[in-house]
Amino acid sequence: MKSSVIIFPGSNCDRDMDVALKKFGFENQMVWHNDAEIPKSDLIVLPGGFSYGDYLRCGSIAGKSRIIKSVVDFAKSGGLVLGICNGFQILTETGLLPGILQQNKYLNFICKNVFVKIKNKENKYFKNIKKEILELHIAHNEGNYFCSKDELNSIEDNEQIAVTYCDDKGNDDEYNNPNGAIKNIAGIFNKDKNILGMMPHPERMIDPFLSGEDGSLFFENLIGNV
Amino acid sequence: MNEVNEQLAIDHGLKKDEYKKICDLLKRTPNITELGIFSAMWNEHCSYKSSRRHLKKLHTKGDQVIQGPGENAGVVDIEDGDAIVFKIESHNHPSFIEPYQGAATGVGGIMRDVFTMGARPIANLNSIHFGSIDHEKTRNLLRGVVKGIGGYGNCIGVPTIAGQTCFDESYNGNILVNAMTLGLVNKNKIFYSKAAGVDKPVIYVGSKTGRDGIHGASMASAIFDDKIEEKKPTVQVGDPFTEKLLLEACLELMAGKSIISIQDMGAAGLTSSSIEMASKGNLGIEIDLTKVPCREENMTPYEIMLSESQERMLIVLEAGKENEAKKIFDKWNLDFAVIGKTTSSKNIELFFENEKVAEIPIDFLAENAPMYDRKWTKAKLPKENNFSKDDFKSLKLSDCLNKILTDPNIADKEWIWNQYDHTVMGDTIQKPGGNAGVVRVHGTDKAVAAAVDSSATYCHAHPLTGGKQVVCESWRNMISVGAKPIAITNCLNFGNPEKEKNMGEFVECVEGITEASKYLNYPVVSGNVSFYNETKDKGIKPTPSIGGIGLLSDYKQMVTMELKNEGNYLLIIGKTEGHLDQSIFAKNILSNHNGPPPEINLFNEKQNGMSILNLKNKNLIETCHDVSLGGILTAISKMSMKGNKGVKIFPIEGLVNKFEYFFGEDQGRYIIEIKPENLENVEKILKKDSIHFDKLGIVESDKITYGNDLKISIGDIKDGYKKWLNEYMVN
Repeated sequence: MKSSVIIFPGSNCDRDMDVALKKFGFENQMVWHNDAEIPKSDLIVLPGGFSYGDYLRCGSIAGKSRIIKSVVDFAKSGGLVLGICNGFQILTETGLLPGILQQNKYLNFICKNVFVKIKNKENKYFKNIKKEILELHIAHNEGNYFCSKDELNSIEDNEQIAVTYCDDKGNDDEYNNPNGAIKNIAGIFNKDKNILGMMPHPERMIDPFLSGEDGSLFFENLIGNV
Repeated sequence: MNEVNEQLAIDHGLKKDEYKKICDLLKRTPNITELGIFSAMWNEHCSYKSSRRHLKKLHTKGDQVIQGPGENAGVVDIEDGDAIVFKIESHNHPSFIEPYQGAATGVGGIMRDVFTMGARPIANLNSIHFGSIDHEKTRNLLRGVVKGIGGYGNCIGVPTIAGQTCFDESYNGNILVNAMTLGLVNKNKIFYSKAAGVDKPVIYVGSKTGRDGIHGASMASAIFDDKIEEKKPTVQVGDPFTEKLLLEACLELMAGKSIISIQDMGAAGLTSSSIEMASKGNLGIEIDLTKVPCREENMTPYEIMLSESQERMLIVLEAGKENEAKKIFDKWNLDFAVIGKTTSSKNIELFFENEKVAEIPIDFLAENAPMYDRKWTKAKLPKENNFSKDDFKSLKLSDCLNKILTDPNIADKEWIWNQYDHTVMGDTIQKPGGNAGVVRVHGTDKAVAAAVDSSATYCHAHPLTGGKQVVCESWRNMISVGAKPIAITNCLNFGNPEKEKNMGEFVECVEGITEASKYLNYPVVSGNVSFYNETKDKGIKPTPSIGGIGLLSDYKQMVTMELKNEGNYLLIIGKTEGHLDQSIFAKNILSNHNGPPPEINLFNEKQNGMSILNLKNKNLIETCHDVSLGGILTAISKMSMKGNKGVKIFPIEGLVNKFEYFFGEDQGRYIIEIKPENLENVEKILKKDSIHFDKLGIVESDKITYGNDLKISIGDIKDGYKKWLNEYMVN
């Protein structure tokens, strides 16, 4: 299985993602933002970080970079595109995913473990994961997901919500919302469920000595379904 | 152009006799650019003129040391061809004036010091000190500094793995922001700042030069007054995005063989970087300032030389490698300009618009910089308090514990470190909030532990003891996570060195640091000095911050501090005599600020530490935590809260009263958790090694209990301990 991680100037989770993908069996390659084309891949990953310094708006300049056209073409042809953290922000900036990511409600950067509830398993990202609740890790300043009422209706109608913030029992209410995201949304799909953007970093949870191991479930499942 | 005279020199922070010395050396009056250069090189921050003769005494050698003080950072061997480059540096003065940018550029500066040497930064740490929690500025300064540290480090993608935050009214007018970075490098691929060879191209890379930060180093060498706000323009503005590009570009260039020497433009910018490179190589340097990429129009040679714009580097390349290097910097969208060359003249020669605008022999600026033998006074050991039974009569253990756990200097600091990305790079195996941060050496079984410590209260009470204590505390933090202590970096924050008392504090703290680091084979390999932390005649308490690092050869053997299993025994290693003077208990509960700090016994310190490592290597320890501020009961509480398990404490043996026993801050102590089946073996080993230990208690339920005197649930103490800082910040 081949994967490509795009490196933008300012990406900083590119290596972590590379390590994680390879650990679970992907044959991964790194692709520079200024390249015109992406080598043949089964999965494209937009990693976390501060692409272009987060200037203008998080993800906006990356959303206009040279490589993005290939990412959009790949996604529109049904290819799997995963955006983590800044990658999620880039996906909303390109219009591949609806909504936007605003600054966290309490205006602070947040780095900690959180629980998320899997809301939809009818897709390649979560299909065979046995757990309903995963412990993942967030590290962001702009993870407060927001969209219009109409967009939200459409997202819900099309079952596009991927994961929501919750507690260890699965309560995804306002008490378990770290950043103010609408409906506790931590990650969403496009309508066809081939594109996933999410704030939590599964690549930081692939080892019992790190923050935890639920990220391993995510990648094990993903390679099984690609 | 300004006419150069004595008054202008004084306005530049030079003393009358220093100005006279400049004129004598040059045998003429300097022009304005030259005056600027002298003032930048001769200020305290760059010249170490008050501290140099004392710093020479520091213990800086050891088999593990690859590079000691004198380079951009220190380097130590961690075996298998790997080395750690690390250093701590202060950014105190700018952070008080403009907390966000001051702290951010402090982090940026220290990371540049590390990657300048060819190392990829793998961890950041910091030690920050603020004024009293009741002071009107404290909240905003804390908020700004934390955001600044996070804003920079998070963006670069280097985890902030540990730190320390203190509050004390002596910092009301002078906060301290000390930033530390560790980098990983191949032992054979270390880059140094010493230039070599004549006619080699001198390259400028990174951001453009602007008017920010002009005279920052001079500002850092002055005491503050009421008009400090006017100094805002001397604070630099950071851009972590550019630094991230600069980091990647430099590491890419360093993978080849074109660099002769490299130096970041830190304090005093282009001036100090060019002079240091030439001086170390015993060379001259010629720079055409017209070629320096500038952000603003009409910048003068004076401004270009003194700007402290961030994210810039100076490189001496092998001749003919310019194009190869330029390609890399173009790829990363960074400025690249050949601005000069090395020469054999041993002078710095500056040109601007085809005119020579300055020429100074380099040894006037470096070796001939003033060095002072400041007068200093020796501190007396204060008389001990003799607390009587009456002092404790109305006290209850649980009330005291609750008060101490919500003391600003003890309470949980998660509000701070949750704002720092501490997990990026995927190798953080011990997060902030433990005894030390631990990161794996990527792709190996090894891990490096790091912590920062300071003990201003002890240093203030008796600088010699305090200096020793901070080094020991750092050593204990390494031992507590199961790491072999390797080396330290020190950031020496003091008041005005022209005052005998302050100078004495400096001299004696350095003496204490030296004695302890020598005894423990824990050498100082890098650091910096920050004097003049004084506002309107009020100086800070002497605050040496010690950043220590240690090595775990197998990261799976790392030790943590949370209690593990009910039924396990707790032992306390080291003797408890109940020293309350200068303790949190004395200050917070008894309102007593007198007396000597706890004594340091280096022999016991070393024995106790080595015995813990020995037990760890035999897999006999489940948990370890060193006993520091707040004594035994505070330590037990922290271990309990982290592990959500209680402790039944055994009756105290001996004559010490329970308050002294539980809250005394005797040194050289650790609490360890042992499985029942290992107890006998552990006791046998400790006895054989003549290590003093007491059986402290047993892990049990969810309460901490001591006979009928104490019964307190973990949930209750956790509530106050965890909430304090959050509540303080929202009020």
